Amino acid sequence: MRRREWLAASAALALGPGARAAAKARVLVVGGGWGGATAAKYLRLLSGGRIEVTLIDPQADFVSCPMSNLVLGGVWEMGDITRPRTALASGFGVNLVRDRVVSIDAGKREASLAAGPALRYDKLVLSPGVEMMWDSVEGLRAARDSGRILQAWSAGPETLALRRQIEALPDGGVFAIAIPEAPYRCPPAPYERACLVADFLQRAKPRAKLLILDANEDVTSKGPLFKRVWAERYAGMVEYRPQCKAVSVDAASNTVRFELADDVRADVLNLLPEMRAGALAVSSGLANSNGRWVNVDYRTFESTAARHVHVIGDAIQNVNAIPKSGHMANAQAKVAAAAIVAELSDWEPDPAPMLTNTCYSFVDAQRAVHVASVHRYEAAERTYRPVPGAGGLSAEPSEREARYAFNWARSIWADLFDPS
Amino acid sequence: MHRLLPLLIAMAALPARADDAAALRVRSLAAQCAACHGTEGHAVEGSLIAGLSGMPASYFSAQMKAFRSGARQGTVMPQLAKGFTPEQVEQLAAFFAAQRRRP
Repeated sequence: MRRREWLAASAALALGPGARAAAKARVLVVGGGWGGATAAKYLRLLSGGRIEVTLIDPQADFVSCPMSNLVLGGVWEMGDITRPRTALASGFGVNLVRDRVVSIDAGKREASLAAGPALRYDKLVLSPGVEMMWDSVEGLRAARDSGRILQAWSAGPETLALRRQIEALPDGGVFAIAIPEAPYRCPPAPYERACLVADFLQRAKPRAKLLILDANEDVTSKGPLFKRVWAERYAGMVEYRPQCKAVSVDAASNTVRFELADDVRADVLNLLPEMRAGALAVSSGLANSNGRWVNVDYRTFESTAARHVHVIGDAIQNVNAIPKSGHMANAQAKVAAAAIVAELSDWEPDPAPMLTNTCYSFVDAQRAVHVASVHRYEAAERTYRPVPGAGGLSAEPSEREARYAFNWARSIWADLFDPS
Repeated sequence: MHRLLPLLIAMAALPARADDAAALRVRSLAAQCAACHGTEGHAVEGSLIAGLSGMPASYFSAQMKAFRSGARQGTVMPQLAKGFTPEQVEQLAAFFAAQRRRP
């Protein structure tokens, strides 16, 4: 539907119930995670129901990556991080389609599905998350397919499988997590995972060791806070090794080789390879930043490769300290939804949108820390800049912030799906 | 006459459309608060942090000012409050004050 028809529809509504309204503008949202679910809800909310919204995801339930390290640490269970998407339909009138989009034809404005018929759109929102670059570490694809070396970097069955491996770790055994060079999904998450697994091991297997093998030169997020916790709370158990870039892995011996550092053999090897935009973004030609990430017009999150396709979340090329986080995907989804509502109404999108981020990390089962930031769109530079003086870190881990972290999860999950 | 009707509708709609466009911007700015404070300021049941819906505008603005200056302590809010201009704070205050507080 073109703008004129959209306006005709609005005019018809203004004429009252007797007038026959033209078809509503239709937006397809592909991916029902942090970005996609938020986009679907806010497209309906901000348009006052004037836009028809269809959300497509192959999974019935949403499983939250943020807080999933609590499952690995034995603090929470899968049910605690799993939510149905049904309230988007009952509360907001979003059409929920359980299917997988296999391709996008931006010229015809049509998305092809694995099972159902192709769907036409006026605007498409793509929130595809990340895909592991299996071939960036030799031997990893086979090791992963055998079920021996897991990532659990998307929450779901693999989270539980990795938890089983941790439970089966012999006392005196070694758990190692290998971190790829940034950018990757959720900068502090590997360090939080190390903390929560160490917390479990201290209780259940006190002679075990935990190695953090980081391809980066230093801890990429909340560094001073994590390092102090490792040195004090987990002294003798956790060892941090920077500049460990994994190049190959041998699943038979659970040994990882690095570009420079010595080989490491571990009983449980949680090896995270480099990441890129979700598969659909890559196969659709949207990943136009080094073939890895999606360049967007940051004011509207419209792809620079395809008109009427807005891409949000971990898949986009990040600029100026914008993290790949669930909270940030939620924030971007709202800016994109507002821009789409404005464009379909023939209004100018907000010239100065804002993004906020708040990210909690647990350092043990009782205490958490946070990092927060505010980002303002600078029209002259066509990018976001952190607002000077705003944002920051916790002074120290606290039980108070752990309570806030649990509250944050409950609140933001509701913001993704639920009527208020 | 009927040929003028679309024009008349367009003219009548003009001021409202400008208002709507401005309202959309404020509403989407306020949506940045929703992740922690609830959609449109309606906090989740039993929330440890304040819902913003129905909060008097003067109280909202005063709290943001206090977070900025350090007069009011906190964890995340003193850091986030510094990210918004006084004009944005006024817009947010008016938006949340206009939301009906629910029991």
